[in-house]
Amino acid sequence: MHTGHRMGLHGIGIALALLLAAPAIAAPADMLRIGNGPEPETLDPHRAEGVSAGNIVRDLYEGLTAIAADGSAVPAAARSWSISADGRTYRFELRDDLCWSNGEAVSAEDFAAGLRRSVTPATGSAFAQMLAPIRNASAVIEGRLPPAQLGVSAPDARTLVIELETPAPHLPGLLSHPSTFPLHRPSLRVHGAAFARAGRLVGNGAYRLEQWVMQSHVELERSSCYRAPAAIARVRYVVTEDIHSELKRYRAGELDVTYEIPPVQAAQIRRERPQQLRVAPYLGVYYYGLNLTRAPFAGAPGLRRALSMVIDREVIAEKALHGLALPAYGWVPPGTAGHTPQRPEWAQWPYARRVAEAQRLYREAGYSDAAPLAVEIRYNTHESHRRVATVVAAMWKQTLGVQVRQVNEEFKVFLHNRRLREATQVFRAAWMADYDDPSSFFGILHSAHGKNDSGWRSARYDALLAEASATADAHARALLWQQAERRIFDEVPVIPIYFYVSKHLVSPRVRGWTDNLLDYHYSKDLRLAQ
Amino acid sequence: MPYLIRRLAAGIVTLAVLLTLTFFMLRAAPGGPLDRERSLLPRIEAAIGAQYHLDEPLWRQYLRYVAGVARGDLGPSFQYEGYRVTELIAAGLPASALLGACALIVALAAGLAVGIAAALRAGGVLDRLLMAATLLGVSVPSFVVAPLLILLFALHLGWLPAGGWRPWDVSSLLLPVTALALPHVAYVARLARGSLAEVLDSPFVLAARARGLRTPRIVLRHALRPALLPVLSYLGPAAAGLLTGSVVIEQIFGIPGVGRYFVQGALNRDYTLVLGVVLLYGALIVVLNLIVDLLYGALDPRVRPA
Repeated sequence: MHTGHRMGLHGIGIALALLLAAPAIAAPADMLRIGNGPEPETLDPHRAEGVSAGNIVRDLYEGLTAIAADGSAVPAAARSWSISADGRTYRFELRDDLCWSNGEAVSAEDFAAGLRRSVTPATGSAFAQMLAPIRNASAVIEGRLPPAQLGVSAPDARTLVIELETPAPHLPGLLSHPSTFPLHRPSLRVHGAAFARAGRLVGNGAYRLEQWVMQSHVELERSSCYRAPAAIARVRYVVTEDIHSELKRYRAGELDVTYEIPPVQAAQIRRERPQQLRVAPYLGVYYYGLNLTRAPFAGAPGLRRALSMVIDREVIAEKALHGLALPAYGWVPPGTAGHTPQRPEWAQWPYARRVAEAQRLYREAGYSDAAPLAVEIRYNTHESHRRVATVVAAMWKQTLGVQVRQVNEEFKVFLHNRRLREATQVFRAAWMADYDDPSSFFGILHSAHGKNDSGWRSARYDALLAEASATADAHARALLWQQAERRIFDEVPVIPIYFYVSKHLVSPRVRGWTDNLLDYHYSKDLRLAQ
Repeated sequence: MPYLIRRLAAGIVTLAVLLTLTFFMLRAAPGGPLDRERSLLPRIEAAIGAQYHLDEPLWRQYLRYVAGVARGDLGPSFQYEGYRVTELIAAGLPASALLGACALIVALAAGLAVGIAAALRAGGVLDRLLMAATLLGVSVPSFVVAPLLILLFALHLGWLPAGGWRPWDVSSLLLPVTALALPHVAYVARLARGSLAEVLDSPFVLAARARGLRTPRIVLRHALRPALLPVLSYLGPAAAGLLTGSVVIEQIFGIPGVGRYFVQGALNRDYTLVLGVVLLYGALIVVLNLIVDLLYGALDPRVRPA
């Protein structure tokens, strides 16, 4: 009887504890639940564009290489590779134990087919240009050659040969990108472009697609045929469009990882969950582009430099963005492989000296207190863009007397205007690297690049880029990148403002999470604590 | 019967006009579905544009679209590659409709109860308290109410999930239904209170009282029917809105409905998706208004169609 009484109390205690303390949903022991931002637009590796889609696709497929925790490219589907003396031919040896999730063997030809599909215009890849170093890629993208002419071949089932136009030391890193993933050709034949769905998608990754509930979640299950079965049996990528709701769901124990954190709550999270907050440098730059095709910035490098000099990036990163950013004076984020971060000389000066020099340049450009520069900062409607624009406008006003009008536009209208280069003067822009190499950042300011919304045309800069691309020697190449970056400092077609950071909350039950510059986290490398 | 046919024919004409206006207004908006932060190479953009027939003249695209709609095909989504709009709506509508139907029932039941209670004590303390509460319900937007509900019931008390959709699990429905229903509860209550108080003042109610009828009987048998008319005309459009989902509630609670497609579709310039949900919403309005009018006739013989 005594025992029974104790049991009863015990039971009530447990029930109470469960009712009061336990979250409404107990964390499933074998499922990792990841907040993944917006709905992925597709899970087709060659068409996927957004971060949300990329995260899932890297679990469903495996590239020739993968990105290790330190950011370097390591063998994945390829066991090893060798490079020709001129750096223009890569020979990849595939592993023997590769299989598609339906049990079929993966061959080198599947990888060749994937690359060919990515550069075929009708596929509609947003990353086709990234593959330009491969021989004939540009001609295929432009429709001048058939995809079969792409410089990739599979002499046998286990060997893939990639020939390059120019030595591209970053090729192994590039081959961890979804747009280079293999293609399961029978799926494409049967289902056409709609093969990337639950019940149809055949991947070669550590997970297979179990369920896709639009606007809710994508659920993956450990692939039984992958060579080293993943530790976590199931992974659920949850659509989390509202960052505040995502945080609440994390705090309620319904998510193990968040897509990001609301900046306004950063201080509170740092205080309450310092161990769970993972903030790390990310390969992305936030900048203001200047429209060089029109007044007032056409032919006015001095004025452009003046505007850049008086922006105190530390204040923006710390105050306006709650410390969730790194001040950017250079163009390429710190940590980018093969690059020594550069800064304009004035970035070392005390702020007062910067202001004095900027005022001189401003006057030299023909402006004064009596005849101040009037300029528009244009951005797409978003709280953080508004905050940055307000701070920059205040800095320009206080130091130079510039009169700034802030114009916010709905995203598509903004993109349209930015591209037209008619209405824009100063415009917000950002670039996230697709692979860890300086060329990813420098390329977008090339006069022929579609993202060069400043309309900057510098023959010298373009020549430096071409030379760097053609240079196999890592040291010589690095020096050329540095020269290119200094051209940007001299001519100021863009004003870098901050470098992005990745910002996640990661539950203590998730083990093996490593911060990295590309923010890649393969689920197969994670474990769940019991 | 001819009345019904006439109304349905008018409804189809209304939808055709709605569809046409929406089609051309969407195309007039600057920016297009292929404009992205990461711009596509011209050749690739042209190739994708051709797949969606964006290279054709607008009138031909319009005819192509209308022909598709006539066949029951709402076209391919621009944003969600490989999905048809019909599929997206078919996948999302059940969640929105279930949530909306629950909210509608709650709004009607709770709203009427509050409205009747207030009307019976019209001018009294209870009336004032209830009406003050409903004023709050009408004026506090759901993007304020929903996070507060989550903070209290999911985070503080830990009774209910903070989000997610498990249709078989009532606990995941409670918070979104409450947040969705609250403003409608308040609205229905105010409408019901106003009209019922008026009816209770009318001569026929006085006559009923004089004959010695008790209040519950007067309300339920005599006064409620005419008092319901304004509530009914409110419910038609409200039901269409509730059944097609709410972008705010769906985003906050992570519900896979069609409500968010209205906003997302427009922002992404997903032309076909916007047209699809506009058509859905329009059709529901037409049908529900017809039902409301028929019910009107049932409640009030004076408006019965000839």
